[in-house]
Amino acid sequence: MKRFTILISSFFFAASLQAENIAIVGGKIHTMGEQGVLENGSVLIKNGKVEKISKGFVAPDDYTVIDATGKVVTPGFIGAYTSLGLVEVSSSSGVVDASIGQSPITKTGAALDVSYSINPDSSLFNITRLEGMTSAATGMMSSDYLFSGQGAVISLAGKTPILKSSAFITVDVGSGGAEISGGSRASLWVMLESAIKEVEKLETPLTPAKAWFGVNAREDVSALKSVITGETPLLMKADRAADIRQVVAFKERHPNINVVLVHGVEAWREAEALAKANIPVIIDPEYNLPGGFDQMGATLSNAARLEAAGVDVAIGMDTHNIRLAAQHAGNAVANGLSYEAGLASLTRVPAQIFGMQASLGQLVEGAKADIVVWSGDPLEVTESAEVVIINGEFIDMESRQTKLRDRYLKLQRGGSTNPSFYIRKE
Amino acid sequence: MNIKPSKLMLAMACFCSLVVTGCSNDDTQKQNQEAKVAINPDPYPSTYTPIPGEPTVITNVTILDGIGNKIEKGAIYFSDGKIVAIADTEGGESLDIPKGTQTIDGSGKWLTPGIIDNHSHLGVYPSPSTHSHSDGNEMTSPVTAQVWAEHSVWPQDPGFTRALAGGVTTLQILPGSANLVGGRSVVLKNLPNRTMQSMKFPGAPYGMKMACGENPKRVYGSKGGPMTRMGNVAGYRQAWADAQDYMRQWERYEEDFDAGKDPTPPKRNLKLETLAGVLSGDILVHMHCYRADEMTVMMDVMKEFDYKIGTFHHAVEAYKIADKLKENNVCSAMWADWWGFKMEAYDGIRENIPAVHAAGACAIVHSDSDLGIQRLNQEAAKAWSDGKRAGLDISIAEAWVWLASNPAKSLGIFDKTGSLEAGKQADIVLWSGNPFSTYTKAEHVYIDGGLAYSMDEPTTWPVSDFEIGQVGEGDSK
Repeated sequence: MKRFTILISSFFFAASLQAENIAIVGGKIHTMGEQGVLENGSVLIKNGKVEKISKGFVAPDDYTVIDATGKVVTPGFIGAYTSLGLVEVSSSSGVVDASIGQSPITKTGAALDVSYSINPDSSLFNITRLEGMTSAATGMMSSDYLFSGQGAVISLAGKTPILKSSAFITVDVGSGGAEISGGSRASLWVMLESAIKEVEKLETPLTPAKAWFGVNAREDVSALKSVITGETPLLMKADRAADIRQVVAFKERHPNINVVLVHGVEAWREAEALAKANIPVIIDPEYNLPGGFDQMGATLSNAARLEAAGVDVAIGMDTHNIRLAAQHAGNAVANGLSYEAGLASLTRVPAQIFGMQASLGQLVEGAKADIVVWSGDPLEVTESAEVVIINGEFIDMESRQTKLRDRYLKLQRGGSTNPSFYIRKE
Repeated sequence: MNIKPSKLMLAMACFCSLVVTGCSNDDTQKQNQEAKVAINPDPYPSTYTPIPGEPTVITNVTILDGIGNKIEKGAIYFSDGKIVAIADTEGGESLDIPKGTQTIDGSGKWLTPGIIDNHSHLGVYPSPSTHSHSDGNEMTSPVTAQVWAEHSVWPQDPGFTRALAGGVTTLQILPGSANLVGGRSVVLKNLPNRTMQSMKFPGAPYGMKMACGENPKRVYGSKGGPMTRMGNVAGYRQAWADAQDYMRQWERYEEDFDAGKDPTPPKRNLKLETLAGVLSGDILVHMHCYRADEMTVMMDVMKEFDYKIGTFHHAVEAYKIADKLKENNVCSAMWADWWGFKMEAYDGIRENIPAVHAAGACAIVHSDSDLGIQRLNQEAAKAWSDGKRAGLDISIAEAWVWLASNPAKSLGIFDKTGSLEAGKQADIVLWSGNPFSTYTKAEHVYIDGGLAYSMDEPTTWPVSDFEIGQVGEGDSK
């Protein structure tokens, strides 16, 4: 039995990146699944999957043992709404795949597909994952089109990070959507209904030989087909209660469509209706200001009130600092969200929203082994991820940021008389 | 002509404290002289009045005094807007409290000085963030030292009330960072009221906003420049040179007048007046600057023109030059973890704040955000714990200087607030627990001894005019 403590140096992890069998023992395990919380349990990992979760200390021979006594174990967190892999530096720094100007291939934007754009060498991957976030939904934040294209679910490790392409399509049905529709919701909703109905009513496949004069371009139609069957969730961005009522009405008109409400500043005002229509939400629970007339009802109680009505809440809307989603969830808990729902907002709920619940967001047998050992309560701002495992492999706990830190801490401590350029490793 | 800084300073010290009869000398004033022209340094005076407070003692409470000390179990007594005494009651000290003084049992709670945010745009970029309210950046010329943020502040910004609930008692409102010189800042007491003047911190010096790097060159690159960083530096230098010339004109006027002549006073130039106020040391410089190399260039510009940069704001790369910042006695106001939104923010690290502190330089936690300002305690907590994990051993009590005494020094108000010491203004936050926890909230916020926010009394929560009669009026925020 190999055994080491989790405070071991990153060199060791670097040397042990190949797949191995791992036993995480002694920690408080939030499975986020049927097994609930195990105060003192063990997680066994084999072939990149969760093999078994059990009470007590279980560590078979030939398993690398991680002693998590006094620590907290959770599924890897999921970035619910990000542009990870699509942007390195947002402003004035070259092509940003998270935004788009004009494209000849699309009329409604549904055809746009970020799965061609993901760059796993982005420094954001290391920086984000070593803080306990192991996968994310990623898509374009906005476009000049009705739809902001098809997003993907990605893993934050590996050369081929896409876990699911065409994982969602986004449409802004608030002021942002109104603006790109000529400046009024009166145009926006007619446009949206036309784009959807056109695909619903399409009887024969579009072939290149066949003339087509739709609201959508050909490739848009093809992308929207999986939306009208409910296979691909439609993320609808709206803040004000009146817009959210339109979202609920849309769901009633198109019951097969898998609708998710995004941002939802005033979602609490329509909480009952959202629960009844089975519409989950992705929110930033810290948003509590009337940034405009669509957000007059903004409150830190949004998440708690949604939970009380039975709405599933996912938390985490950012890119460079999606790593702070745990803090956001913690603040939702500080304002009345239950602790379980706080953790679920980062794990089980986003996994369910994107149809990934069998592999992500819960520690259950057969799930992808994305697991984090935390120094303590992950929603506390002073705690941190200590061991991060993605796909059953230890993540090297280094990033461009930690290397910059080490270089300059050494310089500032007077540990080197060399110019900073010559300081690499301790 | 050689300029002796000392002479300039003297002249401007006079110039900037001019009152109607300010610098005149009756003995030398001849009958043929026009009255000496004087400039009112405070034409928009504070009308701030604290809300009435009761003499109060808070007992059995864990105290962080904002200057690095912690009392595990102590008591504080404040009265007439001032802190009267603090005692380590567990350590055997006692307080002499008049009978009948209101007493609050602070068992399990923590007490700190009110948070001071030295980088806010509340009121100038208020909620709602409509174009009509966007009053923070005078993007019409790269040097707009003549504009004053206080003339843009909309006191009905609901953001003030949210910041109050987060324990912010004092804040500096800055112009934006589009310009090399963006204009004057104003320091406010966070007691929302009808007018800017009624929130203005009495006796706080003015600040002046400057900006390095990407913003000015992006904004002016196709509008006549500057379009490069070297263009930025040329812009600052010319502005200082112009200000020196302006000071000489006033100096000559003063000399001639005092010699009994009847000189024509120089025409007032509001832009140069503010810049001259910096050169004379009356106005504090707050400079938006991310990159280490640019900060060091600016510290040379500072020496070239003999002025003082009080604080670099954002200072994302301060950790690279913490030694030089210490050497030059320049503070760094920083975020805990913002990074990557532009190239000059690309090298942000989580340990920036503790690294600057550990090097002996002045570190400040700032918000630059209407959401971030609501939980600056959490920003400090993150920085503190990240530092700890990287081996930077800083106590929580020491870390609280980032939110209290250091920003107070940066704003030139440390003689009045920014620490829990007898005689200081009673700007105090009573927290539900350790303020370095996500779950802790500000229960009571006192400003000058008056209870400005009380978490458990929803009917007392301030509601701005903008929110009256709207959805969510008076709701928990």
